[in-house]
Amino acid sequence: MFFPQHFNSLVRISAAFCITALAGTTASTFSQQSIDPLPISEVAPGVYVHFGVNELMNAENYGAIANVGFVVGADAVAVIDTGGSVREGRALRQAVQRVTDKAIKYVINTHAHPDHVFGNAAFEGPAVFVGHHNLPRALATNGPFYIKAFRREMKSTLDDVKIVPPTLVVDDEVKLDLGDRSLALKAWRTSHTDSDLTVFDPMSGVLFAGDLLFVQHVPVLDGSVIGWLKTIDDLARIAATRVVPGHGGMGDWPDALAAERTYLRRLASDCRDLIKRGIPLVQAADIAGASQKSNWELFDEYNKRNATAAYSELEWE
Amino acid sequence: MLSIGLRVVGMIALAVAAASATGQRSWTAESVDPWPDLVRDVFVGRPLADGTGLIAIEMPARAEDAGIVPVTLSAIIPPGDKRVAVAFTLVVDMNPAPVAATFKVGPGVTTISTRVRVNDYTNVHAVAELSDGQLYVVSTFVKASGGCSAPMAKDSEEATANLGQMRFRQFTGSSAGPEAQIMIRHPNNSGLQRDQITHLYIPLFIVRELRLWQGDQLLLEMQGGISISEDPNFRFSYRPNGAATFRAEAIDTAGHVFRGEWPAQPAG
Repeated sequence: MFFPQHFNSLVRISAAFCITALAGTTASTFSQQSIDPLPISEVAPGVYVHFGVNELMNAENYGAIANVGFVVGADAVAVIDTGGSVREGRALRQAVQRVTDKAIKYVINTHAHPDHVFGNAAFEGPAVFVGHHNLPRALATNGPFYIKAFRREMKSTLDDVKIVPPTLVVDDEVKLDLGDRSLALKAWRTSHTDSDLTVFDPMSGVLFAGDLLFVQHVPVLDGSVIGWLKTIDDLARIAATRVVPGHGGMGDWPDALAAERTYLRRLASDCRDLIKRGIPLVQAADIAGASQKSNWELFDEYNKRNATAAYSELEWE
Repeated sequence: MLSIGLRVVGMIALAVAAASATGQRSWTAESVDPWPDLVRDVFVGRPLADGTGLIAIEMPARAEDAGIVPVTLSAIIPPGDKRVAVAFTLVVDMNPAPVAATFKVGPGVTTISTRVRVNDYTNVHAVAELSDGQLYVVSTFVKASGGCSAPMAKDSEEATANLGQMRFRQFTGSSAGPEAQIMIRHPNNSGLQRDQITHLYIPLFIVRELRLWQGDQLLLEMQGGISISEDPNFRFSYRPNGAATFRAEAIDTAGHVFRGEWPAQPAG
């Protein structure tokens, strides 16, 4: 069951008997009113996170595979990523409304991937959508492709998904004022993707790293392995104490970077070695990074693709 | 030998439209097989004989990245047969522009590897012309989807800055014989992606032709289409002829001409 924790007592009793039935139903059998708020944890005062499952996006998990959250200030709320479906986005919005009646002033997307932006339509309204300066173009070129590509897995849970681009873009750094607290947003060089943005809350010391940090879930390379390794070094200098990664559990900062750095370094050095020895791409995809398998979830789903991407990038060094 | 045409309209589009109307795209036996029409259009009545034992095609059964799918074409002609391969045509049947590339090859070029975009589950055919003029065909099946309409560059800004840069590598140490590799930076935009802001199609912008010489000897002549991956990359076997340099020239659809020249390494 994809919303395991957050039921009122009546539903909790019936849920035990309803799990198989509910898992089989589709989004269309629920009216908007009966969507439960997304389960969230208050990881620091005023800082809330829903931790996604380490799975591929599909109809059963409603695309809720990424970490999404929000920060409540004295005057306003900022949402950070909206999830992998409009249903998840609506549930997140309900979760905000359960915690505070302050208005959602900003909806920040950490990058263009579907598990972080497909819930955007649930937040359309007065809120200002915020993202990296490359995000509008990334959404314009990638958006329709993702919607088409995920139809097979997501089926009707893809309904209502709209590409909602940012109206406020971050060239380098931007501060968002929520009243008594101010979020520091930073746009990065091409790393995980070419539209990566982080959100730092100095009041709590919590850094929302977006997919610049993967924990437990194998990192997914869709940008530049060289850029990402440089960005990791720069990220480590941010004066955060804890981090919310794009996928996986919270961690201490900057220690939480270590495992990902090891993986990407190994991927790169394996590729460089294979390139130097003249091993062609098709063989390299099976070898590069393979030694790291036991450290990561979803490794078989992503490592060969990562290896293909890293190899074809590093061939040009 | 062969012409490349863009089959954007026609049987493939109709088959796709019919399948989409039912709510899913799946490649089943009942779907229209585009190969018979392709044979007629591309090879214009010339007979294709079974190439098993003479030529080979290798691709992964499942592509990890539909935009970068490795493929190797080989001539494996047995020693008693004096013929050699003079040209290869690579066809990704279900792609919007199925003829990925044609290669004219010089002496000693018996394998060519490159990377292609694969748009849907598909047969891939390799047709080789041998020195006696006979055409032979082999095929394989690849599961991939979205290569041709998938977002192109992982870093759009860098793609523009590096346009036309070439790399040339020589591999002389292998027991399989010397190989060389020519690479060129180019987005190879398929023209099938729609910019959602302007609603215009991102224009076709590809490397149309690439030639590589060993001294005066033309080793490889490639005519390419949109199915060749971003940053076209060709690796091939060859026979050293003692020439001091290798030369390459590439021409794209915007009329840019890119050139490079590299000294030949001594055989390893």
